[in-house]
Amino acid sequence: MSIQAGWEAVIGLEIHTQLATQSKIFSGAATAFGAEPNSQACAVDLGLPGVLPVLNAEAVRMAALFGLAVGAEVALESTFDRKNYFYPDLPKGYQISQLAQPIVVGGTVAIRVGEGGKAVEKTIHLTRAHLEEDAGKSLHEDFAGMTGIDLNRAGTPLIEIVSEPEMSSAAEAVAYARKIHAMVQYLGICDGNMQEGSFRVDANVSVRRCGDTALGTRTEVKNVNSFRFLERAIDYEINRQIELIEDGGRVQQQTRLYDPDNDETRMMRTKEAADDYRYFPDPDLLPVIIAPETLRAWQASLPELPDAKAARYQASYGLSNYDAMVLTSAKQTAAFFEQTLAAMGAAGDAKLIANWVTGALAAQLNKEGLEINQSPVSADLLAQLLLRVVDNTLSNKLAKEVFDALWAGEGTPDAIIDARGLKQITDTGAIEVMVAGILAEHPDKVAEYRRGKDKLFGFFVGLVMKAAKGKANPQQLNDVLKSSLGPCGEAGGEEGTQ
Amino acid sequence: MSYHLKTLTQLRAGLASRAFSARELTASFLNRMAVHDGALNSFITQTPEQALAAADFADQRLAAGETGALLGIPYAHKDIFCTAGVRTTCASKMLSHWTAPYDATVHQKLNAAGAILLGKTNMDEFAMGSSNENSAFGVVKNPWDHAAVPGGSSGGSAAAVAARLVPIATGTDTGGSIRQPAAYCGITGIKPTYGRVSRFGMIAYASSLDQGGVLGVSAADCAVMLQVMAGHDARDSTSAPVPVPDYVAQLNQPMAGLRIGVPRQWFTEGLAVSVATRIDDALLELEALGATRVEIDLPDAELALAAYYLIAPAEASSNLSRFDGVRFGHRCDNPRDLNDLYERSRSEGFGAEVQRRILIGTYALSAGYYDAFYVRAQRARRQISAHFARAFESCDVIAGPVAPTVAFDLGAHSADPATMYLEDIYTIPVNLAGLPGMSIPVGFAGGRPVGMQLIGPAFTEGRLLAVAHHYQQHTDWHQQMPAAYREDVV
Amino acid sequence: MSLNATQLKHVAHLSRIALDEAKIPALLNDLNAILAFAGQLQDPKLDALTPMAHPLDQSQFLRADKVTEENNRTALQRGAPAVERGLFLVPKVIE
Repeated sequence: MSIQAGWEAVIGLEIHTQLATQSKIFSGAATAFGAEPNSQACAVDLGLPGVLPVLNAEAVRMAALFGLAVGAEVALESTFDRKNYFYPDLPKGYQISQLAQPIVVGGTVAIRVGEGGKAVEKTIHLTRAHLEEDAGKSLHEDFAGMTGIDLNRAGTPLIEIVSEPEMSSAAEAVAYARKIHAMVQYLGICDGNMQEGSFRVDANVSVRRCGDTALGTRTEVKNVNSFRFLERAIDYEINRQIELIEDGGRVQQQTRLYDPDNDETRMMRTKEAADDYRYFPDPDLLPVIIAPETLRAWQASLPELPDAKAARYQASYGLSNYDAMVLTSAKQTAAFFEQTLAAMGAAGDAKLIANWVTGALAAQLNKEGLEINQSPVSADLLAQLLLRVVDNTLSNKLAKEVFDALWAGEGTPDAIIDARGLKQITDTGAIEVMVAGILAEHPDKVAEYRRGKDKLFGFFVGLVMKAAKGKANPQQLNDVLKSSLGPCGEAGGEEGTQ
Repeated sequence: MSYHLKTLTQLRAGLASRAFSARELTASFLNRMAVHDGALNSFITQTPEQALAAADFADQRLAAGETGALLGIPYAHKDIFCTAGVRTTCASKMLSHWTAPYDATVHQKLNAAGAILLGKTNMDEFAMGSSNENSAFGVVKNPWDHAAVPGGSSGGSAAAVAARLVPIATGTDTGGSIRQPAAYCGITGIKPTYGRVSRFGMIAYASSLDQGGVLGVSAADCAVMLQVMAGHDARDSTSAPVPVPDYVAQLNQPMAGLRIGVPRQWFTEGLAVSVATRIDDALLELEALGATRVEIDLPDAELALAAYYLIAPAEASSNLSRFDGVRFGHRCDNPRDLNDLYERSRSEGFGAEVQRRILIGTYALSAGYYDAFYVRAQRARRQISAHFARAFESCDVIAGPVAPTVAFDLGAHSADPATMYLEDIYTIPVNLAGLPGMSIPVGFAGGRPVGMQLIGPAFTEGRLLAVAHHYQQHTDWHQQMPAAYREDVV
Repeated sequence: MSLNATQLKHVAHLSRIALDEAKIPALLNDLNAILAFAGQLQDPKLDALTPMAHPLDQSQFLRADKVTEENNRTALQRGAPAVERGLFLVPKVIE
C-alpha cells in the first residue's frame, strides 16, 4: 500500500527473539513450549523469596552470535539492570534486562524492497540488541472474574533487537523483520516460530508531512504474530494517524494492539508519565565479561548468512539476483534448494530448480499456507521430477501435471508418469508423421505461411501438440515443423513457441 | 551437666568421646529455650521435635564413628534463611505462614555437617532495623537487661546466644546487623567478606550489601561454624570463587608485628566516652600481646550513612516487589481489583519501617531523582571503599567501636526512626566496601556490654578471628553471662 | 531535597503501598528526616568517581545450558494464596 501523497511514515521495530536454549536465562527450568501451566516454572522463575539468578552461558553466546552476524560491536563487558513494574506475569516485580551496557551495540542489515527493476536496496541500522528475560502469560478466559497466570514462559531468554527508526513503509518494515527472522534461524539461535511467540515484533510508527524534520508522535503496535499482520497493522496505523491529523486531531503516544479479525489497531493503554521503570544495576548479577579470544572463536563459527549465500548462488550457479535473494530469504528454503541440487547429482540444474522452487512450489505453499519444510513435495521428489525434465522425459507442462500429482501424494514422479502415460514423445519419426498429417489437412494455411504469414507457425504447433495429446517434445516438434514447412516468405521468421 | 557453659570445641569433644549424646545436648538446650524464651522472645519458631529426631540421627552417626564439623551441635537460624519444612517468616506478617520449598545453601551446608536446628530466631522485619523492635512477632529483650534492646537486625540470634539458649546461631549483616547486636548482647559476631557465604535462600534485603555470618560465644566457636558456611555457591552469582582457608588452624597465627589501625575520626564526640574507654583498654591488651597501634584516617562516615540509607532502600524496594500476594505470602481478603490486591496485600503485610524503606528506595530510583540520589550514593560508595584501601596500606586490621553507645532502652528511638540510623555509623562503611568485620565483647558500661569492631581487607576472616581469639585467650569478657541465665535449668 | 505529599503519593503508587491520608504528614516527616542525610551526597568531590554497584571486582560466572529443574509445581504452589488448574489466580486483568 502506498502512503498518501504529501506524507511520510517513520517506522522502527523492536523484535523480541526467544533464544533456542534448553534452559532458562537465569534458572535450570526447561524452555519447551506448550507444557502444563507452571510445570516449567521453578522457584527462580516464580521469584520466590531468597532465590537468585545465575546466567546461562548459551544465552550469552547466542546474543553475541547475533551481534557478530549483523556486524555490531559485541560488548566485552555488559551488565544487567532491573526494570521495575508490577504486573502479575512478572513474578519478581522487575524484569532483568540490559539498559546501560547492552551486549550488542549497533550493526546493520541490508534489505531489498520491490521486485525486478523496481527493487530498491536499503541499509537499516540497529540501535542495540540486549539480553533479557521473558515474562509469563496471563490467561483471561476460563475463570469468572479472574485471570490465570502461567509462568512457564517467565525467564525464557530473549534478545530484544531494536532498530533505528529508518523504515518508511510497511513493506520496508516487513523486509527488515523477515531479514532478521532469516538471520536468527541461520544462526540457529531462534526457532522463528511466530505462532508460538518465539519471534515477536513491536512496531513504533509515526507520520509527518514530507519535508518536516521533526518526528511525529509515535504509537507502539504490539501483538503482531505474522509478517502479513505486521504489514497490515503498520499500514492501518499510518493511515489512521494521517487521517487523525488531517481531521485536526493529534496522535497520542499509545500502545496499540493489532486485531487481525477486524484488521485494525486499537488502544491498549496510553503511555502515562507514571511509567517509571526505575532501572538500576541488578545487584544479584555481576558484569558479563567476554574474552576477546572467545569472541574470535564465535566469529569463526558463524555459519554462511543470507547475503553471503545469495552472492555465492549468483557466482557459482549463475542465478539471478532475484532468485538468489528469494532462495536465501529463509534458511529452510536455501536448504531445500541445496538438497534438491545435491539429489539431482551431476544432472543438477540450479536455474531449473530455482524456477521451480520460486515458482510452482512457492505458489502452492503460499496457497495452502505451508512452510517449505512442510511441503508434501520433498526436495528428493522434486529432484526426481526435475531429472525427468532434464532428460526430456517431461516437458515443463507435463512436469507441472506430475508436480500437482506429487503434491496430492500420488507417489513418485516415475510412478506417476507411468500411471498417467505422461511420457513425452521424443521419437522424431513419430513427430514427423503427426506434422505431415496436419500439414496435409491445411494446404491453404501452409501456402499462406510460405508467403510470409509467420504467425501461422504457432497455429501448426498447437494442432500438432493437440494431436500428440500434449506429449510431443516441444523442441523436436519445432524443429520438425520448421523443416517441413520450409522458409517463411522473405523474412523466414524465427518465431518460437515457448 | 552445664552444657551451656561449654565451648563448641568442648561440646564437639564430648560428643565424639560419647561423654554425652547429641540427644542429651539438644534436650538440654531445648529445655533452656522452653524456660527462658518466654521472657526474651528470641525465637519466632522452635523446632523441638525435628531437633530431637535430628539429634537421634546424629547419635547414630556418631556411634558409627562419623565425624562432621558440627555433628550433633545445636544451633539456631536467623529466620531469614529458608528451611524446607520449617516456616521462614523474616519476622513479617507477609510471610507468617510461609514455608520455603527449598533450603538455603547455608542451611544445606549446616545440615550436611550434622548441625541440629533448634529453631528460627526473631529479627527486625526483613532485616530492617537496629533494635529488633521492627518485628511482627514482638520485640526481643536483651538478656543483660530486659529494659534494653538486643540490637538488630539479628537481635533474636544475639539474645539467644547471650542467654545460651543455643551455643551458636546464624545471622545476616547488611549495615551492621550481626556486629551491633553481638556488641549489645556481649557475644562474638562475624560478618564475612561480601561473597564469602552464599546468599541463596537468604531472603534479600539489599543484595549488594547482605552477607550471612555467625553469632557465637567466642571467635574459636565462630571459626568452626564459618568454616562450614563459607564457600562458593553455583546458585549465587555474587558468591566469591575464592578458596576457604582453615579458619580453625589460623586461630593461632602470631600477633607479633600486627599493625592495628585506629581511625581517628571514629573517636570523636559522637562516641560515648564509656565505650571509647573500654575499646582503649582492649587496644592496650592487644598491644601487650604484640600488636602495634597506628592511627589511620577513615573520613566520611556520615557520607557512608547517607549512601547506605539510599542504596539499601533502593535495592530493598525492588527486592520486596515480589511480595505481591500472587504466588506466596500474605494476600488481602476480597481484593476489588488487581491494584487493590497489590496495595492492600503489601500495606497489610509489611510493617511501618519496611514501608518507609520501600518508599525511600522507590523515590531514590524514580525518574528525575535517580542521578541525584542513587548514582551519587554509588559514587560515595566508591569513595568509602577507597578510604579503606588507603587505610590498609598502613595497617593489617582496623579496630574501633561497633556502635556509638551500649544497648539503648526499648522504645528510645521509636518516635524518630532516623535517629536510630545513626546507630550504624561505624558498621555501615564496612558493608559498603564489602569487607569482613567482627564484634567482640570488651567489657561493660552501665551494666550493658561493649563491643569492639575488627575490620580486615577482603577475605581476611582468618586473621580477624585470630586477633579476636588471642584477645579472648587473655580476657574473659566473652565468657561472662547475664546472671539470670547462668544457672542450669532442670 | 525533600519529598512533598504529591510526590509521596506517586512513589506510593509506584511501590503499590496504600497510604492512609491521615498518616501522610507524619510519614513525610519521617521520610524527609531520612532524606536529610542525602544532602551530603551532593559534595562535588564525588563527581569524578565511578559509581560502585558491587563491592567486589569480579565478573559473572555462567551456568551450562542444562535443564536441572524438574516439574515441582505441587510443592512450589503449596504456599500460593489462590491456584486453580495449576494457574495462579488474580483479579481480572483488563487489557
